[in-house]
Amino acid sequence: MPDTAVASATTGRARTRALQGGTRRRGSRGPRNIDAYLVLTLGGLIMIFPFVWQLIMSLSTQAEVTSVPPTLVPEAVQWRNYVDVFDLLPFAASQFTVSALVTVMRVVVQMILCAMAGYAFARMQFRGRGIIFALLLSILMVPSQIYLIPQYSIIQNMGLLNTVLGIAMPGLFSAFGTFLLRQHFSSMPDSLEEAARLDGANQWQIFWKVMLPLSGPALASVAILTTIASWNDLLWPLVVSTYEESMPLAVGLATLQGQHMTNYPVMMAASLLAMAPILILFLVLQRRVVEGLAHSGMKG
Amino acid sequence: MSSDRTRALKRDDAWAWIFIGPLMAGVAVFYFWPLLSTFYNSFTEFGAFGGTQWTGLENYRTLLTDGEVPRAVLNTLIYTAVVMLGIPLSVYLASLLNRPGLRFAWFYRVMFFMPIVAMPAAIAMVWRMIYNSDFGMLNYLLSLIGIDGPYWIASPGWALAAVSIVGLWASLGFSIIILSGGLRGIPPELYEAASLDGAAPMRQFFSVTVPLLTPSIFFLTIITAINGFQLFDLLYALMGPTNPAMSRTQSLVYLFYEQAFGQNDKGYASAIAMLILAIIGLITVVQFRLQKKWVNYA
Repeated sequence: MPDTAVASATTGRARTRALQGGTRRRGSRGPRNIDAYLVLTLGGLIMIFPFVWQLIMSLSTQAEVTSVPPTLVPEAVQWRNYVDVFDLLPFAASQFTVSALVTVMRVVVQMILCAMAGYAFARMQFRGRGIIFALLLSILMVPSQIYLIPQYSIIQNMGLLNTVLGIAMPGLFSAFGTFLLRQHFSSMPDSLEEAARLDGANQWQIFWKVMLPLSGPALASVAILTTIASWNDLLWPLVVSTYEESMPLAVGLATLQGQHMTNYPVMMAASLLAMAPILILFLVLQRRVVEGLAHSGMKG
Repeated sequence: MSSDRTRALKRDDAWAWIFIGPLMAGVAVFYFWPLLSTFYNSFTEFGAFGGTQWTGLENYRTLLTDGEVPRAVLNTLIYTAVVMLGIPLSVYLASLLNRPGLRFAWFYRVMFFMPIVAMPAAIAMVWRMIYNSDFGMLNYLLSLIGIDGPYWIASPGWALAAVSIVGLWASLGFSIIILSGGLRGIPPELYEAASLDGAAPMRQFFSVTVPLLTPSIFFLTIITAINGFQLFDLLYALMGPTNPAMSRTQSLVYLFYEQAFGQNDKGYASAIAMLILAIIGLITVVQFRLQKKWVNYA
């Protein structure tokens, strides 16, 4: 393309835009980004194909799902498959409840404990602060399998196998959440704290009444990451839950594979229902989820 | 008065322990103690009725002679390598997604980022359908161009490839997110200067974008390697524990799981866990060493 680089960069408009928005190569929009639109559309379609295909199969009949060539549009939409999930998988509802309870428990407890500890690491002076914080972060550098067997023994000895508390337990304590919230509290202005101190507030009151109410976005990041991780988690709950009625959904679905389930449309409906809460969360809070995930790079 | 000085004057020891106490107690019980415990356990054998017996280096000797270990290490390496191939691809895609003036960017982001948040156990069920050798979409598409598709998940030779492709698909969006952060940090003047010097878009991509993105790419290779080495969820959910091809396809973490909770050989499993820790540590050290050769901290 002959008209590109030099020409557009020397025009005033393109120059302004370059300074404002981080332009590169040609000035701007429109047909000039045609290569980007083409590649992104094609790539994007490949990326969401499994989800679309899952939805289509979940609304088809067994014969349509197993036909060759594949049936792209079902003859009649089979909403019944979504009802049949609960007949074919009698524990689906209770597994859903387990997943939800474990997730809620982890989010609530983590937010409280991580906010308290993160606040102390960020804004209090105490002996051993540096060392304790370094030890805490070292947890993140070790692969989680290292902890698994002893964690299992502890939960077993506490009599918590197959319980919501047992499944949620190690995940109630998060070094990563503490790290994120410490970063947040470090960035808050000292003047807030001093003003509250002058008013006679003690440490707890400063934390609870002054700092925490200003921490919505940071807490939301932690809550979102915990929700996604907890809902999707497989290895730990697989180890501590053995009864079908006390498993979270991820384990319930993963163990279906072994049982030679062949009612494919219903399986597709079940797996879509299992993912639905997180997919909806993602679609609604897209920007915030992406922000949170950008932080989660730290999480090894 | 600076508040640092105020705080330095007055230590908060008692308050601090009230604040960090609950978290640190949990962390001590569920992380610090297990870490030491696994290290100790790797030198023991678990009795059938509880209790452990010190066996010295026996588990590590088994680790060296067990034919399944090198196979699992190799499988995990292959998987990690394939997922790493997604990094160059995501550099390109991230640069497209961050083009100024690109419309519908949020729409593209939704499409590319959706796989990151999808439950592996659930999405694996769909991929099993796509890979199905009788009526799956993939083999149908292959048949259109005259290729007789393999049995994918049921065949030892192809199952690992099948799992790796899903792993690549599932991690691409995350790479794009990390790289987008890096892209936003590149000063626009650089592109302007490059344009004035007459550098074509392609040249700008390789002379400005890629070099300035190397710190993000480096970070990403470390994270991708660490995550790749912990392959379990996708493998387990895609193949299922009863799959006969599993013994040829298993990852190191799967082998660990199988020894610990299938064979109930928790001492040996602890040694495998130590091996995973050592390999991940080694990869990270090597990457930090190589970093000087290609990462550009401007």
